[in-house]
Amino acid sequence: MTDNIAFVRHDTLPPAPPPPSETGAIKWVRENLFSNVLNSVLTLLALYFIYRIAVGFLPWMLNGIWDAPSLQACREILNGESAGCFAVLTERWNQLLFGFKYPTDQYWRPSLAFILLFASVAPVLFSKLPRKMLILTAAYPFIGFWLIWGGTIVAPVLIALGFVFGYVVFTRFEKNSFAAGLISAIIAALVFWYIAGFVSEALSGVLALEPVPSRDMGGFMLNIILGTVCVSLSLPIGILLALGRQSRMPIIKGICVVFIEFIRGVPLITLLFVANVVLAYFLPPGTTFDLILRVIIMITMFSSAYIAEVIRGGLAALPKGQYEAADSLGLDYAQSMRLIILPQALKISIPGIVNVAVGLFKDTTLVSVISMFDLVGMIRGPILASTEWNGVYWELFGAASFLFFIVCYGISQYSQWLERQLATDHR
Amino acid sequence: MAMNSEAPSGSFRLSMLINDTRYRSYTFQVIALLILFALFGFLISNLLENLRNAGLDISYQFLGEPAGYDINQRLIEYDSQSTHWRAALVGVLNTLLVAVVGCFLATVFGVVAGVLRLSNNWIVAKIMAVYVEIFRNVPVLIWILIINAIFLISLPQPKAFRGENAEASMLFDAFAFTGRGIYMPKPLFLEGSWVVIATFVLSVIGVFVYRRYARNQLFQYGRDLPVGWPSLAILFVPSIVIFFLAGSPIGIEYPELKGFNFKGGIWARGSFVALTLALAIYTGAFIAENVRAGIQAISKGQTEAAASLGMKPGRIMGLVILPQALRVIVPPMISNYLNLTKNSSLAIAVGYMDITGTLGGITLNQTGRAIEAVLLLMAFYLAISLSISAIMNVYNNSIKLKER
Repeated sequence: MTDNIAFVRHDTLPPAPPPPSETGAIKWVRENLFSNVLNSVLTLLALYFIYRIAVGFLPWMLNGIWDAPSLQACREILNGESAGCFAVLTERWNQLLFGFKYPTDQYWRPSLAFILLFASVAPVLFSKLPRKMLILTAAYPFIGFWLIWGGTIVAPVLIALGFVFGYVVFTRFEKNSFAAGLISAIIAALVFWYIAGFVSEALSGVLALEPVPSRDMGGFMLNIILGTVCVSLSLPIGILLALGRQSRMPIIKGICVVFIEFIRGVPLITLLFVANVVLAYFLPPGTTFDLILRVIIMITMFSSAYIAEVIRGGLAALPKGQYEAADSLGLDYAQSMRLIILPQALKISIPGIVNVAVGLFKDTTLVSVISMFDLVGMIRGPILASTEWNGVYWELFGAASFLFFIVCYGISQYSQWLERQLATDHR
Repeated sequence: MAMNSEAPSGSFRLSMLINDTRYRSYTFQVIALLILFALFGFLISNLLENLRNAGLDISYQFLGEPAGYDINQRLIEYDSQSTHWRAALVGVLNTLLVAVVGCFLATVFGVVAGVLRLSNNWIVAKIMAVYVEIFRNVPVLIWILIINAIFLISLPQPKAFRGENAEASMLFDAFAFTGRGIYMPKPLFLEGSWVVIATFVLSVIGVFVYRRYARNQLFQYGRDLPVGWPSLAILFVPSIVIFFLAGSPIGIEYPELKGFNFKGGIWARGSFVALTLALAIYTGAFIAENVRAGIQAISKGQTEAAASLGMKPGRIMGLVILPQALRVIVPPMISNYLNLTKNSSLAIAVGYMDITGTLGGITLNQTGRAIEAVLLLMAFYLAISLSISAIMNVYNNSIKLKER
């Protein structure tokens, strides 16, 4: 048999390089852009679409005017060319960020509060940072309040001390039972604050910043204030509501279900109407509430209902064995929830909570409908109505979208990162 | 050693209300109820006192009084002499109009974007990803205002369409995009048009009957009848034949420029289009994510298993992938519809007169009946939400995996 074979190769051929159509960029383009007729058509259409957008948008963006006192001046400089008039942003930047009433020489206060916000949120977001930074997180609500609203530092310090005092009392009584600790802590804190009220009045001049009433808050600052305050307040309320909805006690469950379904069934605007025109009727005669405080109350109710539903999903997703295991260890309800159930359920619900937070932050723009001057309210109200900048729509709305996009996209990217970090199962 | 396994008997002591788990839940519930009652009592007594001080009362009498304001976009008869109730009704219909059109468009945008995002064409997938991310991360209010601004300042006024060499021209001589809104052709139903419509309805039924027949043939005898072309033929051929036999009873009315404005056709106001389009694009971005998640949730093994059974790609999609993917897609989709409906209350920002604009806007301001108007407004939205979630629950139960 072997005689018939004329030639037998004894050594292997060196591997030939793949044909050029199967390597590198060409292969990638062929596979991803022109794999068949339909794909090629789609690719060409998409390229044309991108080209059209680039042709329309890039010159408008790049030739934009960044320095002019008014739209008229801007048009004169442009001399008939079509390009963006971004001068409105440079001229009104402070108004867009802080509103038009916040005292100009005090802008450093909200800016500092904003920077500190990052420093104090960081240890919560990134568990690798030193745990001592959590002290800053705990102190931030009081520092932030003092910086933005001004007034004496004594009041926020005393309020903070009230919390510390309550916590000390709680640890003392917790050994008896969780409920006893909680109740005595609340009573202790209330007593402390009552006494502190007199002290703070006496010391009202100590380290006082110029007080700024909350109706002077505005711009993107107002969106950030509403977003952070309402999300952080609604987390504990949402947890309680979710636990209440899971509860075996029919009356408590009923109250929570009715509250959650009612809030989730109505648009946020109607709740803002309530804050604006109705809520005052339900308060004791003579009490006047800030509009911003009423809005915070209503938005907090709104977001806590949504967060409650997310956390309920997390609670329901836990295997039943976890509940039974906690029971069989002899833990009571408060202990099993705090030590076994909630840490796991909250971990599962983090992506959902972040989604709610992003949605809520976007929804804070709705306050412009009840004539508060947040970022959108500033644009629609004082800036577009001014004689200098009447008619500058794209630049302003573009800037507003950009600001919101950065924040919301950043948060959702963080949430995806955290999900990957927390994925301890199914490796 | 004495066994003591019996429950401690003995008379009821007061401390058992807190320490005995059998009674403790009653204590808690009674306390919760008392707090609730106290809260409501407090709020209502405040309300009554405030109303007495202001010389007001709670009454819905104002709904019967003439509204005295005009609503420019309406689906039912309404003039400024109509009652507030009628105005609210106009608003309800306008809300529902936005909701229905918006949900339809959002589904189209969402499904197209969601499917294309999974396309193996890199550039198309990336464009869709950019669309989803941009629209999901910017408030819907800003989108509504931006699209409204396009109508306000970018589109030509009707008078620009006038003259020999006008600055603007109509698309296909049928659509005019103006600053006042979009003018579209309108179908005219002349005498005898009901025959054509009836034929069309019968054809639709016929298609379903034919498909059922084809499926029975397939399942019982293994005969694979063609479905696509026959369905199309059944759907259109009889209607077209009857249409010409009856002498073309359905015409089209084109919008025409008369003086400074367009007459005829359908006029979709700028505010309506801005609101609907913005809501649809925004919600479509969310639906796209749901669709993508739903399709990705079906493991590849399902497709391969179906293919190894010898099924054709169309059948694999229709009989294996879609039924499973829909179970994942539909519930969040419906909650997105619900969000769209609730977000339509932002109409007030562009001056579209939905229920929030009529009842919660002008009526509230004119009559000063804040509590009544806001309560009614909430009741309306609550009724919509609760009925949609009831439908959703029925659906969820019907498609739930039957586990035994």
